[in-house]
Amino acid sequence: MTYHVVEDPIKKVAIFGGTHGNELTGVFLVKHWLENGAEIQRTGLEVKPFITNPRAVKKCTRYIDCDLNRVFDPGNLGKRMSEDLPYEVRRAQEINHLFGPKDSEDSYDIIFDLHNTTSNMGCTLILEDSRNDFLIQMFHYIKTSLAPLPCYIYLIEHPSLKYATTRSIAKYPVGIEVGPQPQGVLRADILDQMRKMIKYALDFIHNFNEGKEFPPCAIEVYKIMEKVDYPRNENGEIAAIIHPNLQTGNHCALRILCF
Amino acid sequence: MCSRPEPPEPLRRVAVVGGTHGNEMSGVCLARYWLRAPGELQRPSFSAVPVLANPAATAACRRYVDCDLNRAFTSAFLTARAHPDDPYEVTRARELNQLLGPKASGQAFDFVLDLHNTTASMGTCLVAESSHDVFAMHLCHHLQLQSPELPCRVFLYQLPGEESYSVHSVAKSGLGLELGPQPQGVLRADLLARMRALVAAALDFIQLFNQGPGGRDGLRHQASHTGTAFPAFEMEAYRKVSSVDFPRTETGDLAGTVHPQLQDRDFEPLRPGAPIFQMFGGKDVLYEGESTVYPVFINEAAYYEKGIAFFQTEKLTFSVPALPGLAPAPSPAP
Repeated sequence: MTYHVVEDPIKKVAIFGGTHGNELTGVFLVKHWLENGAEIQRTGLEVKPFITNPRAVKKCTRYIDCDLNRVFDPGNLGKRMSEDLPYEVRRAQEINHLFGPKDSEDSYDIIFDLHNTTSNMGCTLILEDSRNDFLIQMFHYIKTSLAPLPCYIYLIEHPSLKYATTRSIAKYPVGIEVGPQPQGVLRADILDQMRKMIKYALDFIHNFNEGKEFPPCAIEVYKIMEKVDYPRNENGEIAAIIHPNLQTGNHCALRILCF
Repeated sequence: MCSRPEPPEPLRRVAVVGGTHGNEMSGVCLARYWLRAPGELQRPSFSAVPVLANPAATAACRRYVDCDLNRAFTSAFLTARAHPDDPYEVTRARELNQLLGPKASGQAFDFVLDLHNTTASMGTCLVAESSHDVFAMHLCHHLQLQSPELPCRVFLYQLPGEESYSVHSVAKSGLGLELGPQPQGVLRADLLARMRALVAAALDFIQLFNQGPGGRDGLRHQASHTGTAFPAFEMEAYRKVSSVDFPRTETGDLAGTVHPQLQDRDFEPLRPGAPIFQMFGGKDVLYEGESTVYPVFINEAAYYEKGIAFFQTEKLTFSVPALPGLAPAPSPAP
């Protein structure tokens, strides 16, 4: 029996860089595409590159007042606009106005939010909803295209640990996280990997719009279970650090080195 | 840095400084730890003093608050009259100069070890102003011999005619320990352990020097036939020649970044014609110098704002004279 799912074509796509101002790959890819967007164009598709936190980008810092990638919840988005609000909350409302509003028909179809991490996570795609078939197919396509370069899928669906991301205002939010890269550093190899992830994502959307059929697939994901903080002393300073075995990815034992 | 006075005296006043840059975490964590538990820094003939150089930057986990503390130790900054609007780090440099200096005076500390990290792949790097500080060169040699399996390079950073400006230039002798790669604000266990071991070995060397000829049993230094405990040797080092900036747009923004073939290749030869930058549009920029150079501090995060993508160094070998040892002493100082 053939299983048909009819979806509307994707029309409006945005690529966000600089949500964290010191995660430079997204910042420079977006700046480059604002100058010369040929690489991200696909027929029939509007693809808009956009710097989300320009003040943090200018200072090369993660944020000015608070983390932009945590304030797209209804509470913050609904606050009355005022100069007293943290910069990032005001900015979130502007972005919601431009690319949302969140949970409405007018919001962008897809937002790719570009991030780096100092962790050794390689190419990671972040999924917010385990029942989003469209994105599961997209991620499968990207992962297959990148092979043999590994590409991991991180599922942040969790009743309390899921956070209100910048990209969550879109119908299909996609987090792209590539590391390891120090904050404030731009590595050519990481840039190349992120660039490829975007290329394959846009190819997928284009193929989808052209009516291509994607057979059923399965993906392996890493689902968030809990957050683990460092041991801290009475002043809140860290009192121990990640054990060398865990730092290098040996997951046989989860131990903490105390000093 | 001036050479040691004759006749040589034991080194009594030694400081180990962390947090000169508040987001270079190996030194920050070690300094904080030793301020609570300094036992590890004690030796029979002296106790090293731990110092957290930039407390405000450390609390904010930033390199600096107003300006780079490790550039603030010039006589211009140190001797100018204090002003309430002075940058935080200038005021702090004057405080550290009172504590560890005054620079170029007889009351200055004997030795300062300054702990740093870099985002560049420099492994273990010993940072000295120049080859003139014979004591520091002997210490470097000792540290290199401690872990022969791990490359430990010496970087000489002072340009000809340039005044010294670093924290350790305040003391009679000093050395920077630079370990990488480590992201700013991140603490890696492997680098922390290595930094801790290097500091211990450095303090052991000072103890060895202070002991005089009596107690060298079991340690590596052999008396030469002239009876010197610290004989002359040949040292290989990398001396700074110049810096190279990233390719930039007219507005000063980056137009490309360090080429994948140069990235992580600190201390490896860079030959004319080799690629150094990759433009965002895809084109390669090639090294157009006349001779082979040895790049260091390749793609260090803190140097983007200084207009430095990497330093070009020349690799050289030079003779380090014997270090006059102390006269035999009856027993270690209390």
